[in-house]
Amino acid sequence: METIPFRPYAPGTQPPYDAAAYGSTHKRHPQENLVRLPHTITEISGPRFAPAQFPPIPDLSVVNGKAALGERIIVHGRITDEDGPPIPHTIVEIWQANAAGRYQHPADQHDAPTDPNFLGEGRVYTDADGWYRFTSIKPGAYPWRNHHNAWRPNHIHFSFFGSGFAQRLVTQMYFPGDPLLALDPVFLSIPDEAARIRLVCQLDMNVTEPEWALGYRWDVVLRGREATPMEG
Amino acid sequence: MPSATASQTIGPFWHLIEHPEWADLTRFGAAGLQITLTGSVLDGDGIPVTDAAVELWQSDPSADEHFPAFGRSRTDEAGRFHFKTLKPGPVPGRGNAQQAPHFAIAIFARGLLKGLATRAYFAGEPLNETDPLLCSIEDPARRATLIAISDGAERWHIDIRLQRGPKGETETVFLDI
Repeated sequence: METIPFRPYAPGTQPPYDAAAYGSTHKRHPQENLVRLPHTITEISGPRFAPAQFPPIPDLSVVNGKAALGERIIVHGRITDEDGPPIPHTIVEIWQANAAGRYQHPADQHDAPTDPNFLGEGRVYTDADGWYRFTSIKPGAYPWRNHHNAWRPNHIHFSFFGSGFAQRLVTQMYFPGDPLLALDPVFLSIPDEAARIRLVCQLDMNVTEPEWALGYRWDVVLRGREATPMEG
Repeated sequence: MPSATASQTIGPFWHLIEHPEWADLTRFGAAGLQITLTGSVLDGDGIPVTDAAVELWQSDPSADEHFPAFGRSRTDEAGRFHFKTLKPGPVPGRGNAQQAPHFAIAIFARGLLKGLATRAYFAGEPLNETDPLLCSIEDPARRATLIAISDGAERWHIDIRLQRGPKGETETVFLDI
């Protein structure tokens, strides 16, 4: 059993709960100070997902043999912790809008077409060296009502578990060269510019397949552990 | 090495990855004392948060092929989440401490740029009096936000207030982990 606590996050690399420019935070961010909890077995351990019980969904671009509309993409990358070792055999949850910028979701009322051949859910596992890979279509930008004429940049949602519950990470991957990034309160909520830029994937011609799909690479880093085990 | 990747909100459309059966941690045939844990997530106006993902992790009983020890519940139109799981026992703390039985709870939602961490303990549990986390919270009203109450039939309930409510209801204790 792993007994080593996780390190605190580096200053400025995580968004705050209270981000004035993102309206939905106003009534949902805690106003009291968080209570510090030195890690115990509950924070240091975490769930394991077996592919037999949680089957992979590695291709979002096809439903019942029919291709989704849009620009086919392959996304891959490596998941490591802050000290460098890869995180093997860990689950990666993926969800996204379709090429028109519409989610297959009853609450999404954006006036853009749904696509019966695009459901928007993926699930993959890293291999023994921490690499993940899936096929999808490039999601479209879409409007939201945070402020006048607000549009989210193209993005794919990700969920990671790592090896302990305190390593849990839910985030979004963005695409290079997107002019909406400079206007997006969600992206801009992260104080550290280098940390923001690391949410943007890179075109990867080594993974791009001729006559088939553009490849993108996006590496993910989960919290590292302290140098020493818990006392006791 | 670079620092850990930044968090972003789960957004309002995370249900694309929702599988409602995940809220039943007993579905793979787990053996033990079955309980339910329900509650509502409320914002600073006391309005139900209807688009949250509430996650539960427990370090006891240990996860195995029959018991994932992890669950996820959506909140419904009344902000309610609902889990079915096994009742945890005490687990070791740091040093020689013992921790009272508890769940780790994580809340993800639109408007939360990163997940909120809290815990749910069980009212009437003698070990609550010596639990290191509970003992570190001096204000009894705040401490009480971490303690689920039962109807006597292993149906446990705990509400989660993201901020102080409109009638002065106490904000849930959230944890810096």
